[in-house]
Order: sequence, then structure tokens, then C-alpha cells
Amino acid sequence: MTDSKYFTTTKKGEIFELKAELNSDKKEKKKEAVKKVIASMTVGKDVSALFPDVVNCMQTDNLELKKLVYLYLMNYAKSQPDMAIMAVNTFVKDCEDPNPLIRALAVRTMGCIRVDKITEYLCEPLRKCLKDEDPYVRKTAAVCVAKLHDINAQLVEDQGFLDTLKDLISDSNPMVTLSEIASLTAGTCLTALNECTDGGGQIFIPGLLANYTPQDDREGPEVSICERVTPRLSHANSAVVLSAVKVLMKFMEMLSKDLDYYGTLLKKLAPPLVTLLSAEPELQYVALRNINLIVQKRPEILKHEMKVFFVKYNDPIYVKLEKLDIMIRLASQANIAQVLAELKEYATEVDVDFVRKAVRAIGRCAIKVEQSAERCVSTLLDLIQTKVNYVVQEAIVVIKDIFRKYPNKYESVIATLCENLDSLDEPEARAAMIWIVGEYAERIDNADELLESFLEGFHDESTQVQLQLLTGIVKLFLKKPTETQELVQQVLSLATQDSDNPDLRDRGYIYWRLLSTDPVAAKEVVLAEKPLISEETDLIEPTLLDELICYIGTLASVYHKPPSAFVEGGRGVVHKSLPPRTASSESAESPETAPAGAPPGEQPDVIPAQGDLLGDLLNLDLGPPVSGPPLTTSSVQMGAVDLLGGGLDSLMGDEPEGIGGTNFVAPPTAAVPASLGAPIGSGLSDLFDLTSGVGTLSGSYVAPKAVWLPAMKAKGLEISGTFTRQVGSISMDLQLTNKALQVMTDFAIQFNRNSFGLAPAAPLQVHAPLSPNQTVEISLPLSTVGSVMKMEPLNNLQVAVKNNIDVFYFSTLYPLHILFVEDGKMDRQMFLATWKDIPNENEAQFQIRDCPLNAEAASSKLQSSNIFTVAKRNVEGQDMLYQSLKLTNGIWVLAELRVQPGNPSCTVRLSLKCRAPEVSQHVYQAYETILKN
Amino acid sequence: MIHSLFLINCSGDIFLEKHWKSVVSQSVCDYFFEAQEKAADVENVPPVISTPHHYLISIYRDKLFFVSVIQTEVPPLFVIEFLHRVADTFQDYFGECSEAAIKDNVVIVYELLEEMLDNGFPLATESNILKELIKPPTILRSVVNSITGSSNVGDTLPTGQLSNIPWRRAGVKYTNNEAYFDVVEEIDAIIDKSGSTVFAEIQGVIDACIKLSGMPDLSLSFMNPRLLDDVSFHPCIRFKRWESERVLSFIPPDGNFRLISYRVSSQNLVAIPVYVKHSISFKENSSCGRFDITIGPKQNMGKTIEGITVTVHMPKVVLNMNLTTTQGSYTFDPVTKVLTWDVGKITPQKLPSLKGLVNLQSGAPKPEENPSLNIQFKIQQLAISGLKVNRLDMYGEKYKPFKGVKYVTKAGKFQEDVGGDFFSIGEYHLTAAHCNSKGRKLQ
Repeated sequence: MTDSKYFTTTKKGEIFELKAELNSDKKEKKKEAVKKVIASMTVGKDVSALFPDVVNCMQTDNLELKKLVYLYLMNYAKSQPDMAIMAVNTFVKDCEDPNPLIRALAVRTMGCIRVDKITEYLCEPLRKCLKDEDPYVRKTAAVCVAKLHDINAQLVEDQGFLDTLKDLISDSNPMVTLSEIASLTAGTCLTALNECTDGGGQIFIPGLLANYTPQDDREGPEVSICERVTPRLSHANSAVVLSAVKVLMKFMEMLSKDLDYYGTLLKKLAPPLVTLLSAEPELQYVALRNINLIVQKRPEILKHEMKVFFVKYNDPIYVKLEKLDIMIRLASQANIAQVLAELKEYATEVDVDFVRKAVRAIGRCAIKVEQSAERCVSTLLDLIQTKVNYVVQEAIVVIKDIFRKYPNKYESVIATLCENLDSLDEPEARAAMIWIVGEYAERIDNADELLESFLEGFHDESTQVQLQLLTGIVKLFLKKPTETQELVQQVLSLATQDSDNPDLRDRGYIYWRLLSTDPVAAKEVVLAEKPLISEETDLIEPTLLDELICYIGTLASVYHKPPSAFVEGGRGVVHKSLPPRTASSESAESPETAPAGAPPGEQPDVIPAQGDLLGDLLNLDLGPPVSGPPLTTSSVQMGAVDLLGGGLDSLMGDEPEGIGGTNFVAPPTAAVPASLGAPIGSGLSDLFDLTSGVGTLSGSYVAPKAVWLPAMKAKGLEISGTFTRQVGSISMDLQLTNKALQVMTDFAIQFNRNSFGLAPAAPLQVHAPLSPNQTVEISLPLSTVGSVMKMEPLNNLQVAVKNNIDVFYFSTLYPLHILFVEDGKMDRQMFLATWKDIPNENEAQFQIRDCPLNAEAASSKLQSSNIFTVAKRNVEGQDMLYQSLKLTNGIWVLAELRVQPGNPSCTVRLSLKCRAPEVSQHVYQAYETILKN
Repeated sequence: MIHSLFLINCSGDIFLEKHWKSVVSQSVCDYFFEAQEKAADVENVPPVISTPHHYLISIYRDKLFFVSVIQTEVPPLFVIEFLHRVADTFQDYFGECSEAAIKDNVVIVYELLEEMLDNGFPLATESNILKELIKPPTILRSVVNSITGSSNVGDTLPTGQLSNIPWRRAGVKYTNNEAYFDVVEEIDAIIDKSGSTVFAEIQGVIDACIKLSGMPDLSLSFMNPRLLDDVSFHPCIRFKRWESERVLSFIPPDGNFRLISYRVSSQNLVAIPVYVKHSISFKENSSCGRFDITIGPKQNMGKTIEGITVTVHMPKVVLNMNLTTTQGSYTFDPVTKVLTWDVGKITPQKLPSLKGLVNLQSGAPKPEENPSLNIQFKIQQLAISGLKVNRLDMYGEKYKPFKGVKYVTKAGKFQEDVGGDFFSIGEYHLTAAHCNSKGRKLQ
């Protein structure tokens, strides 16, 4: 007597038969019939035609029959709402049944009927059930509110159900409370949750902790919240554990690294994560995807746990691949020997995908841990000896990368690689091999033969190989021009005349023209020095990583994509971001602290009215380092005080890269501590733009922007710029243009040591990734407290700019007048004494031609650039101006300017006296530019 | 929120579907079948699959796929845990989790699923509560039902659900009050060629079988609780008490449940109870090789190691094996190339060994891959970590229960890459220990 008998009726008149049975008088027969109906339902058969008949059976005292009918109703109430109306009266009646089980059943099913028309009828019974004496009914009713909310949110609010729900949060019964929280997904308040963790929180409901988010900083000190959450790490349910990990990861962001508690937390996080790896493989997979994020954010948590990620032979392939990924992330000098030994084992496994990834991993280890490179290469060579086709190919692809990373170190293995030339059949491996042959053509005796052998089937190759072959042969030609002329002719004609691929044709033409017009230039282009490849691959972009950390344990963390990227019409996709970090020394260690996006909720008024702000700024001493504007918001309270004090220096000084992708008008969380560097750069210059009409504020002469770094030298990044000095602060105004086809991010800037110790006073702030063809203007504040080294010429400045693509170098000459300080006016007596004191051989004479200014105009023009007129004399129709200026490093320069207004040639004579005569030339140039503009 | 659930058997038939919200067409499973085809092996189907409108989260249990359909962001771990809970419940109710069992009890299955999840949120997943709401089928009951017309559906609400201890039902009564604890430990280790431990950890569980009347409040203390630094608790355990006193204090659920699971990883604490000497060599240009393994006890703390089984995955080119063994019996399956050696007990006086010739496919090159070697064993009356239960106290009830504790150590799998750098003892999922055996009497 099992239920499988219900499946046996597959005759034609089945529905008809069931109908008859359902209307039978015998209770037993009815029940059997309903069971048959349900059995058909479970295999996806449409039995909705029986709806009226089944509903008829509802009026019964038999609990089992009633339950069965309800099972049927729940299934079809959603898809056949019109028919469900027929049952409404029974629902309402059953909601008053003395048996709480029936009341609960009724209220539960009611919620499933998605028809607007009848929702109104449901409100009254629902309200009653929410206040039912039985907690089971209350609990069911609470979930019903959530269902109703999906159908008609407005109705739920109008009927005051939300308030009733909130009352229920303080329900005496924890089970009810938990249902509340499940339905009140938004706007949960921490107090209620605290209750749950005390009382009923040990119950299976992982969704609970997910809501346990620090939405509001006011709730209390982070430490106590962390302490409350920590016990959840020992929960038997892995989803609860991972939610707890998420909460801790979020709060750790707010804890100072110096705290003892921080270290304790770090230690506590590792064991539960490791334990997750002994669960079922499906759980392991999700755990590993999350651990992958955690390891990128805080590698210190699991750095000693490498061994648990070693692959077990019966792991499913999806677990193996994830483990491998994490192993590489954790690889360091300390454990590399073990990792390599493991990887070598994996490379002899059966699964092709896994083996390939293992081989690739060996290459990544070589690139990541320099000390291991030698061992990695020899391991790879061993693997090549196995002659297993796909292992060899994969090994060659990674060896190419190793060559790139460590040029001129491992080329001795090329011979071994060449032996395997014939076995390569995958495009990527072929392309890698061709690259190697072309790159090291001068060391391979028969390079031309090797490349020629590839050339035979040129048209059958994939584009990747064709392009590589073209470049490879051109490289070969440039290195050994005499023997390979024919070969290069052949490949060029193949690429340009016989190919349909525009990329290939274009590249072919470019090479052809380069070679025919300017072989030297061709050499520079084709054999240019290649930028180094980065150590870490596949890293998630820091802002995305921070966002994903907030989504630990969710689908987003499995896909490593923000929910907005894949959740369909999910209600209110909110960008989450890590809470702002306290201003402790840790900011220097991890530059990726920028909060990802705007936090949910409104943006309180962070910015004081512009006028006030300006006033405040001007009252401040604007010499670098500059204090931030008065940021006072509700959420700044924590740590705001020390931010403006010691914290700031460390933020600005130690920060190697941009700290915040934020600007002045950022929402509160973004503007707080991490981004205090920002206002100095962008904000300040914006403010001054507003006031540029005001005379007192106008600074010294600013040269127009010149191109410093052409796009072709910097992989598409064009930098032009100029220097400005305004009210005591020097800045470098940059204009970055992305002329490449890919997005640029992660900008940073550094100066070489220079004559006047110029250094960036704040990190380079590029707020958003720079998309192709986009231009961004940045003002970089400079200080003169950097390290000093005499340059040739004196005002030479060497700059390094980094972005996600590479590091680029350029040098520029800065005009000396940006270094003329505001207090450069010398007392008359002093001037006279100094002028006499400085020996005559230190005097330098210059002529400035074509300067039609009179003495007045010249004097005022120069003054705005901090060259001060100390005295004025008229000698023989000539105006003599005696001027002084002081450089940032304290060097005084005295000048005698002779202006002859009537002189047709408009020549101005300049005599400069200075104890450091080498600056004179540059001071003269500064004079000339100022006077002539 | 779980939208729908499909149960699929190994041949790809959807034999049950359940929708908690609107009905999702079966065609959504096509994406799953696609992934299954790609994965080749049933175990390798990725657990999370995305489709244009849904996400499919699946588990593979007892040759069945449990595929859930998700439409909104939801913690995947919660879904996977839930699916496992569903499978556990089936196992619990029907004795096995198989297609036949589910089809035989389709109405109960449906009732269970409806009770476990409401609107996609978990409602009642504790087996104690479920069993009161929906009575598990027994032969006796089905006979009674068919005669009297009564049903499997409980007509009262489970009382436990209304209390602050939802895992325990009220009014439990036993004539013999008993509480048994089984400490079961599995060793998981990697040992290198020279025999030194590279990696070792112990996965332990304490399974309880509690048959006590009323509302007993138990506290279980250990001789050496310091061993337990990485523990997962059953929700009934009072965490604060553990934190402060290292005592497990709880009101137990009725019947069988897993009290704690723990992991001991510091390597000096993990003793490896057996050692293996092995030599497998293949001669160059010859169609045979030599095979020789000996197994012996090590650090077994005076207890007998029993139930030893060794399995070796031989290379593909191996045709046959001619071996002699001093103890037990061996079989070699020429299709799967798996050598199984059933050793039994180890007596230290005479170490069991297995040696002989390996026949290779003629003309085939010397095998590159190293055969892996797995060992299973069992040690009664010993928890290899040294964990010892000190005492069990009961409060809240007057009667005197019978108390017992039993220790078992098992090896998961010894995976040995013979001739390679490592040999590792991996993990096996072993069935939980039996709770009906009477263990040593406690103080």
C-alpha cells in the first residue's frame, strides 16, 4: 500500500475518472482521489481542470483531507487565481476554526492567491491571525504579510500591517520573531536582533544574520557587535557561519589594526572557514568562492592554512579548480616548496582542465614568488618531458610569461621547447612558441627554419597565431636582416594581400611601411622594450572586492559580480560598501580602502554652504600639508578628532596610491576618514576657480598646458599639464586623456628626487575609471619637503605615473617662479647690504627683448608672481627697479631691472645677484615668461 | 527564497516538482541537463548554475539531484543546507533517500516540503517537530490506517514549537531512560615518502542518542576540553557556558542527533595509527612489474586496529595482478583497475603483507602515473585525539538515567601516490556510528 499506485492511472479518461471519484459520497474514495490528483501534480501534470471538484472536498472535518486539498490549492492558487476566489469563503471560515493547525493552514494558503480582487477579503482574517493566541498561527500570519506585500505593498501599509509586524518583533516567542525578520527584510533594527541572538537566535535561520548589518553607525561600539556575532562562527549551519564571517569582515574594516581585539578576531576567523571545507562538496564550493574573496581582502587570515586547500583526489572538479586558485593566492616564499610539489602532482592527474590549470598555476607561482622561479622552470621542464600533449602546450604558454617577467634568465631552456614544436596544435601554445622564437631569434640558430615551418599553413592558422607569426618574422628580420629577407617578404605579402582579416592586414601594412621607410624606427617599434607583467593575475578590482565582501555568502559572492550585474528586477538593488576605515596606520598598508559606492539612504548635508567653506579654507594656513575642510556629519563622530590631527599626516604622507575614489560632494561614509586627502586636490582648485575674478586671490603666472607624455609612449595615456602657484600652494595641474581602447584605473604618481624637493602632497585622485576617449582634469598639490637632489638642468622634474596598464616615465621642466614665496620682499637696508655682500662674480646680466612694458606695469606683473619691488629709481631716463625674491628653500635672489620706456627695441636689462648663481639662469627665464605674458 | 524544487534521477527524469511560489516550467531544468552533460561525471555538476531568469542550485545525494530554482538573491549556502536537510528528512522518514521511496510516499513528501518551507522561507526543519506534524510511515501504521481510516497527519500542533526550546517535544516518556554518546573521529592526513606527517587533522563528531523522559537539562564535561578549539554546535548547546566553563550544557532533542562536530588540526596532536611500507616498480621494456605492500600498527595506544581495507588504483596499462597475501583476501577488477585488499585485523606479531607480480599490457610504455593507495580502518574504544568525556550530569528530572559513551576512530582514506612525493590520507564520508550499542558506563 504505497503511494506509487496513484501514478498508475494513465488512461485517457483519467481526469474524467478523477472527477467522478472526487464527487463520490464515500470519504475514503474522495481522499484517495485527492491523493491521485496530488500525485499527478508532483510530476508536473496539469490537473487544474479539477479545481472546482477539489474545492468541493474542502468542507470536511477530516483534517487529512483538508490538508490535501490545501496542498492542491497552494499549487494552483498562484496559477489559477480566478478559481481560487471560489475558496475564499472557506478560507475566511477556517481562519476562525478552533484548531490552530487549520487556522494556520488557511492563512498560509490565503497568502498564495495572487489576485488583487480578493486581497481585501483577506485583510480582516489576517489581522485576526496576527493577534492569534497561538504563536504558530502568528508566525504563519507574519509570513503571509510578506506574501501580501509582494502582491500589493500599498495595501499592506494602508492596513497598518507593518506596524503590527513591528509589534510582533517584541513577541515573546522567538519563532514568531524570526518569521518577522524573514518578512521584514528591510529596516530591521539591531535591538530586535539582539534579542534574537540572546533567546532564539540559535535556531536555523541564516537569513537573520544577513540582515545584521551595520546600517547605522550609531548602534554602538563595533567591538561589542563583533563579540555578539563571534559565537555564530561555531554554529552548525554553514550559512549562519558565513553570515557571521561577513559581519566580522565588515566590522574589521572599522577596527584599528593596532587593537588586540583585531588580532583575536583574525585568529577566530580561520577555523570556521577551514571547517567549511570538510562539509559536503556543494557547500565547499560556495565556501571556497567566498574564501577566494576573503583571501584577496585579508590574506593574513588564512596564510597559515595552505594545506587545507590541497586537492583531494575525490574532490569534484569544481572544488579542485577553486582550491587551486586559492593555493596560488596564498603562495608565498614560506610555503612555495610545498605548493610546487603539490602542483606537480596535480599536473599528472587525469582531468584535462585541472591539469591545465595546475600547469598554469606553476607559471603563476614563478611570476609571483621570484625565489621560486628557478624551481618552477625546472618543474615545467620536467612536465614537458612527459610529452603529454596538453601539458606541453600549457607549459609553453606559461614559460612565455616567465620569459617576460625575468628577461635574460631562463633562455637556456629554449632548446627544449623547440623540440616540442611539432606537437603543438592549440593556437595559444603555437602563438606562445612563435613569440619565443621571434623574441630570441638571435639565440636560436635555426629560427628562420622554425618560423618558416609555421608559415606553410599560414592561412589555416587562427588569427592569434597569424598575428604572432607576422610579428615574429619581422622581429627575426630586424635581428638577422641578411638571411631572412625572403621570409619577411613572404609573410608581409601573405598578411596584406591574401588575408581577409583587417587586423592582420593593418599590422602587415604598418610593418611593411615601417621597414621600407625607416628601418631604425621599425626597430624601435618592433623591438621596443616590453613592460613588465604584473605579479598578481585575476585580482578583483579593489572597489568591487569591497562591495563583494559585503555580499559574502550570497550569490554575488559565488559569481564575483555585484548583485546589480545579475539580479533581475530585484527590489532595490543597493550598492553596499565597506564601512569607512578608521584613520590608523593600516591605511598605508592597504591602499584599496576606497568605499565602493554610495551607501543606501539619503545624503545628509555634508557640505557647508560654499561661502562658509571658502572662508574657512582661506583662514587656514594653506601651506601643505593642508587640513581638510570641516566635515561634520552624524556619521563622522568616530575618530573624527584624531583624523584632523595625527591621522591626516599618515594618510597623506604614507599613502602610496590614491586612497579614495571620492570627491568633495561624496556622501558621508565616503567623505569620512579615508578620503580626507581628496579635498586638497580637486576641491581646492575648484573653489579657486569660483573666485578667480577676485584680484587678491589670483596667483602667479600659469603657463598653458603642454603635452608631457604623448599617448604613443604610454600605451594610450596622454598627459599634459602645467604648474601653478596660488596663495602659497604649488600644484601641478594635469590633464589625463585615455586614447587607448581599454579603461584605465588605479592611477598613482611619484616624483624622482629633484633640486627643490618637490613632491606630491596628496595622492593622485582619479575618481572613476578613465574610459576610452575620456579626459580628466586633476590638480595635484605639491609640497617642497621631498628629498633633494641636484638635477641637470636645475628645474628638471622626473615623474612616474602608474595605472592599471603599466608604469610610465617622463620628465618636464618646471618654471622657477612657482617656487617664489610670498614673503620674498626684502627690507631696503637689508637689500642694499646683501647686494654689496654678494661678490660681483655672482652677478649675471640678461636682456629681455621685445618687452614693451613700463616700469609700473612690469612691477605689478612681477609682484603677482612674488617678485617684489624693493625700490625704484630713475637714472638717465631709465627706470631702475630693485627687486627681491625668495625661493622655497630659502635662497634669496636680488635683481636690478632696467626699463627704458622710450626704447624702440623694447629691451629690458636684468642683473641678478644671488649666492647660488646657478639659479640665475632660471630666474631670468621666469622673468622673461612673466613679463612677456 | 527558494522558488521551486525538482528532483531528478540519474537518467535525467524529473520525477517530482514542488513550487512554493508560482509554477516554474520544467524546461528550466534543461540548463541543468546541459551542465550535467558537460560535466561528464555526475559528481562534477557545478552546484550553482545561472540561467537567463533563474539560478539553479543543486546537490547530488544518494544518486539523486535536488535542484532548486532561485529567482532572487539568496545565500546559496542556506539553499544547499536546506536541500541537504530535505534529503536527511527523507532518509529519516523513509529509511532511504531514493526515487522509489519518494515515489512510494509522494503525499508525505509533499506535505513535508510544504511544512519545511513557506513562501520560500524555512518554517519547520527540525525533525522532531516535523514528526509530530506528519507522522513517519511505518508498516504498522499503514495497516492501522487502512483499517481504521485514520491518517498520517497529526491533528494537533507540535508542542515544542511553541516553547523556547523548539528542538524538543514536550511530554516525552520512556521506561528506560538512557543517554549514549558516540565519539567518532576520522583522520585525514598527508604523509610524505619518508613517513613524516606533512598534514594531518582529525574530523570528530559526538553523536548522541538521548532517550530521556521529561525536560532533562544535561551537562557534559571533558577531561581535556582544550582539544576542542574549532567546534560546531547543535543549536541546543548554551554557548556562553562553553565559553566560560568549557562544559556542554543543553536540553537535548529527543532521539538521535549530532551534538558537536570538531576539528583537531595541530599536527602534534594527531597520531597516525598505522604505517604502510610499499614498493611498486615497473621494469623498463618489460610487461611486468613488482608490487609489495606491508601494513603495520603504530601509536595505536594498545587498541586493536580492525576492519582494514586497502584499495589501490592501478595504472590503466595494468592487465592483471598475481599476488599472494599473508592475511585476508584481495580482488583486482581489471575493468576499473582497482585492487581491493581486505585485511581485517592487524596482529603485531605477524604483519600482513601483499606481494606479487603485475602484468602490463605488452608493448605499452612504463606507466607514468603513480597508483594511489587508500586505506580504511577502525579502532574501537579509542578517540585518536585523546578526547575523553569526564562526566554527564542531569538536572531538572528526578530519575537516574543509564549513561554511556563509546569511542571509535576511523581512517578516512589513505591516498598514497606510490613512488611519488606524497601519500595522503584523504577523507571519506563514513556513516555515523550506531547508537544502540551500550558503551562504557560513566561515573
